[in-house]
This record gives sequence, structure tokens and C-alpha cells, in this order.
Amino acid sequence: MTATLIALALIFTQLSVLAFGGGNTILPEMQRQVVEVYHWMSAADFSALFALSQAAPGPNLMIVPLVGWHVAGWMGVLVTSIAKFGPSSLITVIALGLWERFKDRPWRAAVQAGLFPVTAGMVAASAWLISEASVHNWILAVVTLAVAAVSVMTRVHPLWLLLAGGLVGLVAGGV
Amino acid sequence: MSAISLPDDTPAAAPRPTKRELFMGFLLLGISAFGGVLPLARSMVVERRRWLTAEEFTELLGLCQFLPGGNIINVSVAIGMRFHGASGAFAALMGLIAAPTVVVIALGMVYDRYSADPHLQHLFAGLAAAAAGLLVGMAVKIGRPLRGKPLALLVALAGFVAIAVLRLPLLPTMLVLTPLSILLLRRFA
Repeated sequence: MTATLIALALIFTQLSVLAFGGGNTILPEMQRQVVEVYHWMSAADFSALFALSQAAPGPNLMIVPLVGWHVAGWMGVLVTSIAKFGPSSLITVIALGLWERFKDRPWRAAVQAGLFPVTAGMVAASAWLISEASVHNWILAVVTLAVAAVSVMTRVHPLWLLLAGGLVGLVAGGV
Repeated sequence: MSAISLPDDTPAAAPRPTKRELFMGFLLLGISAFGGVLPLARSMVVERRRWLTAEEFTELLGLCQFLPGGNIINVSVAIGMRFHGASGAFAALMGLIAAPTVVVIALGMVYDRYSADPHLQHLFAGLAAAAAGLLVGMAVKIGRPLRGKPLALLVALAGFVAIAVLRLPLLPTMLVLTPLSILLLRRFA
């Protein structure tokens, strides 16, 4: 159990420090670690946890405590939350102090410009991997594509799209 | 002299929030924000509670986007820090994640308990497909500014292939790809 908690702490500390461009960039690495490296759950389970975390309110990284809970109960929640939110918060606190000093340096813009396409690639990879694990038949493929299209073209609340997807799954699965 | 200004430009007139107010503000934000938290965060921090001016908020967000971690997580830490140092940052962060943690674990318990039920399995299959669709939509929205920038597109594609196809670990991928991207875009774009 202690070994599991230490592994969780190490994984999520690393993810915390690497999560440039928000949470979704680290989903593939999280999936790789908990599914492929440690075999704590299947890829389908991971996608289900991701779906649950998207249905909950709050920041989009709520899959983190959920993975902790699934793997190691309440201690897992505590360990993953501290490991995930602690280091990046500490970096934020330190960076705030430096920010004023380096505000107008040109390298800041260069780094930002270079980081952007990397972030875009990571998010696209997340979308691909989660879709791969979630889409088992053509009906689910239609749900994924339709939700993607609607979310790009309109400003419909995401919760309605999740609800619609769930209902389609329920109805179509029973046929 | 009184200048006419839009609501967005009004100065942060409210007194410094206490730690309790920081916690409660972010607690309400965490529990009421489904999907995207940032738009709601802005309306709370700038328009309703006036902890920051619109300009200060935008600058803070710019900084937070440049740092690792969820943007809204970092924004809450930065705002708490600004008013009450480390303990303020802690109060704001705890407020933000407390309620969503409880909700998400309650959902997880329901899922674990009833995951053998075929109806629930179908429901979750649909839910997972929709959640994947939201992620695809976000990837499209984030990738859109790269249109017409072949070099940046190439970098994004390399990142996608490394992570999604070759399943390489994130740390070495970022350590190689990020400096490469910075140099390439600086020199040729």
C-alpha cells in the first residue's frame, strides 16, 4: 500500500510540473502510467473516470483525485491531490515574484510562441487517446463526432452534451 | 472629474478580501462551474467581487497560462497569494477544489457500485463518448490558430505522433520538442 502511495505521489508530482497548457495535455501520460505501466485499471476504466470527472463541477483536472480514490481510497485522494496541485502551485507562487522583473523581456514571447504548438499537439493526442478508448461502435463514434462538432460551432453548455451522450448510450445500448 | 467607464474598467474598489472570503468565493465558484471555470471566475473576481481589475485579471491569466498546472488552479493560487501570502493561496485553492473533489468521488462510488448494471454501462459508454467529443472539440479550438503556420503545425503534429502514436513518455518529449519549437519558430517564422 505504501509503495502504491509513493508511486502515485511520484507520478502526479511529475505530471504537476509538466502540465503546461492546462490539464488536458497530461492525460495521455496519466493514462500511460496508470494503465500501461502500473496496470491499476483498464483503458476503458480510465475513460470512464475521465467521463465522470467531466460531469462533475470545478476545474477540469478532477480526474486526479478520482484516480487516487480508485487506486488507493481516501489516502490516494490525499496523496494525488497534494502531488498534483502542490508543486504547480508552488511554481506559481515563485513565478509571481519573478514575473514583474522579466515582464518586458523578448525571450518571454519567444518561449510562449514555441510552447503553443507543443500544447496544441498534446491536447490533440489526449483527444485521440481518450476517443480510442471510449468509442467501441459506430453509434458511440457518432456521439463523439457530433459532440465535437456542436462544441466547436456553438456555445451549448458542455453538461447538456454529456447528458445527451449518456442518453444516446442508454437508449442505443438497450436496442 | 468623473470618467464614464464600462463595467469592465471599474477599478477593484472592494476592500481586501479576508481568507474566509477567498475560501468562500472559490468554493462557490468550484461548485457552480460546470465545463469551463474561467469565464465564471472572471465574472466573480472582476465584476462581482472586484478583487482585481479586468486588466490585472488578464495579466494574471497570461502568466498562469505560461506556468504548469490548470489555469484556474493557478489563478486561484495567485489571487490568494496577492492578498494573504501563502495561507491566502492555500485558502483559495482549497475552496476551489473541496466541493468538486467530494462530488467526483461520490460519482466514482456510484460507478463502482453499479458498474455491473448493463443500463449504467450503456449510460457511461455514451457519457464517455460525449466526454471524448468535448476533448476533440477543444483540440480543434486550440489548434485553429495554427492554420496557415506550417512550421507550428509540424511541431504540433510531431508532438501528436510522439504521444498518441509512439506512446513516448511526456517528460523527454517536452524536453526535446519545446526547445526545438522555440528555436524553429524564432528563426523561421
